[in-house]
Parts: sequence; C-alpha cells; structure tokens
Amino acid sequence: MYKKKSVNTDIPLKTLREMYLTMLRIRKFEETVASLILKKEIQTPCHLYIGQEAIATGVCTSLRKSDYVFSTHRSHGHYIAKGGDLKKLMAELYCRETGCSYGRGGSMHIADPDIGLPGSSAIVAGTIPLAVGVAYSFFLQKKDNVSVAFFGDGAVGEGVFYESLNLAALKKLPVLFVCENNLFSTHMPISACLANIDIKKTAETFCIPTARVDGNDVQSVYKTAKKMIENARKNKGPAFIECMTYRWYGHVGPNLDIDKGLRSKEELDYWMKRDPIKKLERQMIQQKILTIAKKKVIEEMIKKEIDEAIAFKNKSHSPEKIDIARSVFKEE
Amino acid sequence: MRIIRYSEAINEALHQLLASNKKVFLIGQGVTSPWYVGTTTVGLIDRFGPHRVFDTPVSENAVTGLGVGAALTGMRPIVVHPRMDFMYYAMDQIANQAANWHYMFGGQMSVPITIWGIINRGGEQGAQHSQALQAIFAHIPGLKVVMPSTPYDVKGLLVASVEDDNPVIFIDDRWLYNYEGDVPEELYSIKIGKGIVRRKGKDVTIVATSYMVYKAIEAGKDLEKEGVDVEIIDLRTVKPMDKQLLYNSVKKTKRLVIADASWKTCGIGAEISATIAESKLLTTLKAPIIRITLPDAPAPASSVLEQAYYPESKDIVLAVENLLKYSCDNNEKCDY
Repeated sequence: MYKKKSVNTDIPLKTLREMYLTMLRIRKFEETVASLILKKEIQTPCHLYIGQEAIATGVCTSLRKSDYVFSTHRSHGHYIAKGGDLKKLMAELYCRETGCSYGRGGSMHIADPDIGLPGSSAIVAGTIPLAVGVAYSFFLQKKDNVSVAFFGDGAVGEGVFYESLNLAALKKLPVLFVCENNLFSTHMPISACLANIDIKKTAETFCIPTARVDGNDVQSVYKTAKKMIENARKNKGPAFIECMTYRWYGHVGPNLDIDKGLRSKEELDYWMKRDPIKKLERQMIQQKILTIAKKKVIEEMIKKEIDEAIAFKNKSHSPEKIDIARSVFKEE
Repeated sequence: MRIIRYSEAINEALHQLLASNKKVFLIGQGVTSPWYVGTTTVGLIDRFGPHRVFDTPVSENAVTGLGVGAALTGMRPIVVHPRMDFMYYAMDQIANQAANWHYMFGGQMSVPITIWGIINRGGEQGAQHSQALQAIFAHIPGLKVVMPSTPYDVKGLLVASVEDDNPVIFIDDRWLYNYEGDVPEELYSIKIGKGIVRRKGKDVTIVATSYMVYKAIEAGKDLEKEGVDVEIIDLRTVKPMDKQLLYNSVKKTKRLVIADASWKTCGIGAEISATIAESKLLTTLKAPIIRITLPDAPAPASSVLEQAYYPESKDIVLAVENLLKYSCDNNEKCDY
C-alpha cells in the first residue's frame, strides 16, 4: 500500500502529526505550570522545558515503550514525550499522593517505570551512568532495547560524564547520549564554563558516532536519533547527539531572567523566532498536512487534557503524615 | 562442614551466586586480578567471562552508577571497591541515587545492588588507603550496612546482600581474610539486621564490629583469667541495628563497652551509646559507656603511629577494668 509521506522529508505523516501534538502538549502544559507558579499554587521548583520541546519529542518518538530514558531536573518534557500521564504529572507538581512519584519526588523527580522512565535526578549528570547501567543490563540479557541519557550542556562539566561515555564506548553498550545544549549552565553561559564549547568534538574523543543537530528542528532530531537508536539495537554501540537549543525561561521558574542581566532580550527574541513548534507548524500548513481548523481541534483537545489533569489534582489528597518513612526500604 | 578461610568463603559465595542466578554480575577494579581483591575473585573470569565479571577502569562514580542503573532493571550487581577510600568518588551514585531511589519515586522501583567496600589498612599505607567508612554509610537513609566478621557470616551475609531488594553496603576488612572457620558448602544466607552473641557473660557487654570482634574475644579470654565474665555481641549488621539484642545484654550486665575500628565522632559507637541512652536502660547502668575507636585523626603511615592508631584487645581489657572499678564506687580510681 502507498504510504503517504511529507513533501521534503521521509518521515511518515502520522509521525509528524504525532510529534506536533507532543510538542504542543509539552508547551501548553508548561505554560499552565508557569501560570500556576506565578499564582503561587505550585511550590516545587520547576525547570521549564519551553523552547526545547523538539528534543524530547524527536528522540522519544524514535523509541519503543520498553526502551528506557533517564531525565534530569528539567523533566516534564521527557515524561510527556515518553508517554506519561498529564494527570499524574500535574498531581506530582502539587505533591499529591496520586502523583507519578506519590508526592515524594516533586518536579525534579518524575518517574513512571511502565512508560520506560525509571526516574530523573536533580544532581547534574547523575543519571548518565544509570543509563549506561540499563544498557549494560540489556547487553547482558541480549535484549535489543536501548537506553537514553538526557542531560544539559552543564553536565559536560561533571567528571561522571566522561567516565560514563568511556565505559559505554569500551563495552559498546546500546545507549544514546542526548546533550540538550541550551547554552546555559544555570546562570552561566556555557562559554564561561567549558574551555572547549564544541561538545560534539569532546564526545568524538571516545571514538563513537556523534552528531550535532538543530535542536529546534524536530525532524532533524528525530531522523538523527532514529538512525543512532537503530544502530544501537544492532549492537553497534553508543552514540552521542548534541542538540542546539535555548530555554525561553530562566534556569528555574517562570521568569525570563532578562532583568537580572543574565542574558539579553535580543538573544531571547532571536531564539523565540526559532520556535520549534512554529517551525514544524509552518511547514505542515504549507504542505497542507495541517489546517488552521485542525490546529484548533488539537489545541482544544490539549486544553481538555490539562483541565482534566487539574481536576484530577483537585480531587487528590496530600500524602498522610503518618507515612513519612514509608518506602525508605523495600520490605520483604 | 569444613574449615576454610574468610577469603575463600567470599570466593565460594561469589562462584555460587553467579552460577545460581543469571541476574548477578560482578563489576569493579581488579576482579580479574589474582591478587587485587585478595584472591576473593579467583576463577570467576574463567568460569563466567568478561561481561559477568567486568574488570573496570578507575571510574568509581560511573562504575557504581552502572551497577545502580542495571539494578533498576532487576539485575543483582555486586560492585566492588577494593579500597573503600575510593568510594568517596562514588558518593553521588551511592547516597544521592541508590539510597534515595525507592523513596523518591514513592516505592515504585528498588535498587537491589551490593556495594562491596574493602577496608585495606596497615602496612604504612597512610590516610587514603586505610579508611573504614561504615558510619558515613549508616547515616544515610535507604542504605543497609553489613560487616561480617567470621567466614560463616561473610558467605551468608554476602548472599543475603545480593538477595536483598535494597542497596546494601557490604564491608569487609583485609585483616580478616586469613581467619578460618566452619562454612557450609551449600548456598545459604544470614538475615540482615541480626547480631549474634559470641560469648555469653554477666559482668560487662562488649559490642564489637568486624575485626574488633576477634579483639573482643581475645580480651574476653584475658579477662576471664581475672575472673571477669564478659558478654560479646558481634553486631554483624551495622544498619539496621539489632537493638533488641543490645537491650537484652545490657539489661543483664548493666555495663557497656563498644569496639568499632572507625572514627569516634558520630561513629557506630556513638549510635549504639545513644540507642542505650534513649532507652529505659540508661538509669540502670552501673557505669558510663566506653567507646573503643580510632582516634579522630587520619590514618598515619608510620608503623609506630599505626600501633597507637588501631585499637587492640588490651584497650578493651583496660576499658572493662575501668568500668568495673567505677562500679565499685571507687570513682577516683577510674581513669575517666
């Protein structure tokens, strides 16, 4: 049967639509979270993913449910892209018992093992060796699954980054390292942190396939990640992808940090013009894959999902004080 | 049963664990070396190959993290640090990741990893090749800490650590490796969290960990000649601590000496002392509690200083004698 494909890419239309939906779902969810932080409803420190949606989306769309991804302090996008439930995520941001981490984790510790997201860590680079360990488990058990480590450019300052790349390369493990280079390590421009800001080149020293892609172009991310993931499944070892991007908000919370002298309005404007969602949207509309009417339908659907997530949160209780020490250990 | 050495009991446990459970693997520095980890890994590489017995580069943090990640998928890794001083490099993976993971995500996933740290002291090795870090790990919620002293216990507790669904810090001391004892040939496990009475007595309770158990037993023999009848408890598991065993003994003897060869401040001795002090037994004590520990100083290299640094059985004898003097109401004779 003839399979419909978009005009200038070889990505199936269904996949493009799926990626558009996922990116928009992340964007709208994060915008809602930002407004709820401003209203002082959400207390847990949230590191918002707006501006970087194409990366989690492009990578996770290339994965199976049984593949594992590890996230970071900036976790919401990865959770949603891997198929997480908005209700459980919203409940976790309110630290409710019904949250995806039972109100024990908060924004920086999001997990759902059933979707292949065993967790996210607030320690920069802390989950990189965990992804290598999952890959080692797949390797020992001869499974054709892969694991993915998401991390930011700031993680390249940590020693465990280098140790982990070396171990994975040494043992040819099925792991994809995804560096989301948003040009900042907390408040510091990455050029003030790294002697060599060419992170792809740093990764090349481990003799593994590497690529640098436009992290605001979901199709580039998807195609590059897909190829690397397929290779990893065929025991061709790890790969590294550096995705160039920009976070619209500050390191944490819904502020832009422009007034604090950390970055210029011109810089932010430049990147907002390169909005990853608008980029795909323009192309899809041009190619008549998406219409304004259809876009409205999608937006309505997402709004409904978010409303339902808030309603779910409203019905949910906080954890009971008596359970303060529950789950310190797994009991027999 | 046969009599074998402590190091042979570890080796036998590793062979049997790897042979009986495909999910078990051993990873760390020197695991394919005939001498690095004190002959405890002899024969494993030939039998199980380089993937289940993975000799690693010096990358403690990532190697430990690899174990934690694999454990999240249900594997049962044993990560060895042949000198536990190097575990400081892996503290993020141990304390931030492994220890917190079960709690932090509401009990959805556990980390069934055994992190094996060897105390490798003496021989003028100095401050960074000598440390005993049990108290540091015991402080952290989510970690269990075991310290077997006998060949029987080291096999049974290594098996129990691997079978446990939680991260277990398994600490042994190279000074124990040539001690001999009865060890069953089959695979068996000893319940984590249970201490054992090594010598029954009525006058003074001596609680000891790891190598200090043997020092306590020597002290007990010397004291017996003086007509003093001590009870010796081998803690076996530092955390969770067998509090009931402590209570039962101190209730009987009303005097307590603690012997643990790590630093004094905030150490295992401090925790045991506080456990008794917080109980009803505090007011029944006939004398203050004495801790036999390392001084609050880094390990020296000089062998002369090493002799002053590591506690001996005579230190335990002296402590017991002091306690008994105190209880004779001749407090001026007491050294403290």
